Amino acid sequence: MRTLAPDPQRRLCLHACAGAAVASAVPAKGQAQAPSAPLTRRVPSSGEALPVIGLGSWITFNVGQDGAARDACTQVVKAFFADGGRLIDSSPMYGSSQPTIGHALQQLGQPPALFSAEKVWISDVARGQAQIEASRLHWGVPRFDLMQVHNLLSWQLHLPRLLEMKASGRLRYVGITTSEGRRHAQIEEVMRTQPIDFVQISYNLLDREVEQRVLPLAQERGIAVLVNRPFREGALLRQLARHRLPAWAADIDCTHWAQVALKFVVTHPAVTCAIPATSQVVHLRQNMAAARGRMPDAALRERMARDVAAL
Amino acid sequence: MAEWWTYRPSDFLMFSPRIYWRLFESINLFAWPLQPLLIAAGLGWLRLQSRGPAGTAGTAGPTWWRRTAGVLARVLALVLALVLALVLSLCWLFVAWAFLWQRFAPIQWVATGYATAFALQGAGWLVLAWQDGLRASTEVARRRIGTGLGLWALLAHPLLALADGRPWQQAEVFGLAPDPTAIGTLAVLLLVRAEAARTRAWLRLLWLVPLGWCAVSAATLATMGSWQAAVPLAAAALAAATARWGR
Repeated sequence: MRTLAPDPQRRLCLHACAGAAVASAVPAKGQAQAPSAPLTRRVPSSGEALPVIGLGSWITFNVGQDGAARDACTQVVKAFFADGGRLIDSSPMYGSSQPTIGHALQQLGQPPALFSAEKVWISDVARGQAQIEASRLHWGVPRFDLMQVHNLLSWQLHLPRLLEMKASGRLRYVGITTSEGRRHAQIEEVMRTQPIDFVQISYNLLDREVEQRVLPLAQERGIAVLVNRPFREGALLRQLARHRLPAWAADIDCTHWAQVALKFVVTHPAVTCAIPATSQVVHLRQNMAAARGRMPDAALRERMARDVAAL
Repeated sequence: MAEWWTYRPSDFLMFSPRIYWRLFESINLFAWPLQPLLIAAGLGWLRLQSRGPAGTAGTAGPTWWRRTAGVLARVLALVLALVLALVLSLCWLFVAWAFLWQRFAPIQWVATGYATAFALQGAGWLVLAWQDGLRASTEVARRRIGTGLGLWALLAHPLLALADGRPWQQAEVFGLAPDPTAIGTLAVLLLVRAEAARTRAWLRLLWLVPLGWCAVSAATLATMGSWQAAVPLAAAALAAATARWGR
């Protein structure tokens, strides 16, 4: 595990500085990371270390029968693993994203570092197993690492089955998801009452509602947090692209707004991994760079959010 | 979806504009060289339509010749109407299968529904082909706007790709892509009329899918942030207004 020396003079510190006592925020121990290795966070329920930047597939990997676009996605996945990435997230809802991921993994020889995060998204629970199996065949993996109930759809019925799969070794982790700030009350209920490993929520420089209850609850309950829409589906970056990077961006080794947005997200002590989506290798590399270098402390995080909101 | 009011159109757009436009590149490659044939056939039909309703008015010569010419003109009109309905049927069925089902549906779930609607429209034209023959409309406004929309669908719409800075290979061609097919069909619906009540009722039904598709396409393109959204919307509004109030 790479350790970055805190630099209080510049109000910089490691990702864990705001919540060092929290297991999920503590860098995984016993891993001597090379200087170029990405920052990792532990999954509280297992202690497994995950790089803080993952790869989403909403829209970007939904390329249908377009061979050239599918090959471009393969290059993105290749660059992702080359930069130390592990977690790829998808859903049956994402059109052809699953076959695109499966194609990439096959082309790359099924990278052993892969942490596969999928979702079950179907009202009829009896067909949930068939959907999971169809997803698995698309990916071409022996089993999924993480299976999440997409947008809490029929979660009361899906969760027991997923937990049963986990108990029998057919899954490693179980989770739930929501997006764009919806159904937080229900998310909290599930987090309080169910033995889930992961929760996936939307969080970014402008959408910070989860800081109030969901993220503290995740820390309290020892639940890993995946963050979707860290760029507001690109709208945030399009908005920020009109402005120059603030001076403090250089202090945290950010050369692009994407890195600012991602470093803000992944340095919240409750966050395990952000899953930005892209179809371009150059953007992937910019994103992955956010898992390296100096990180903002709590005070700078507040300033980042305040400055961006004022733009 | 209890919190339905929190959803925006963009939440349902699950593909990128880049991939959407490349679908047209794919269909053009697949269908080549149908493009010039379809455009030529469409222009030829518009040219014949521009002569007005079939008849013998103005035909000179002896009575037997005028009668023969009249019969030939009516036969020609019937054959043309039959061919028109069959070709339109094939165009809608082709778009349903090759574009919407095979190419669009993998990146957009609801496209299977669009494909079904297009297939029904194709079947509708097929049924119409075997009903009483269509006649050319005699209403000036319908003929002018119909011809204009037809020319747009055949000649101008394929140029939108270039106007938008996209490669010409992504041109949307009548009979292969849904928007110009719908707009061209609206043109046909303005340019023809039927004398039999049953055929008139059938023709009215055939307005539904092209108008509906124009609305769907406009919404999709607007969500994608494309200025092209105005095109199907304007075409549908113009065609509907002309059909309602045009004389």
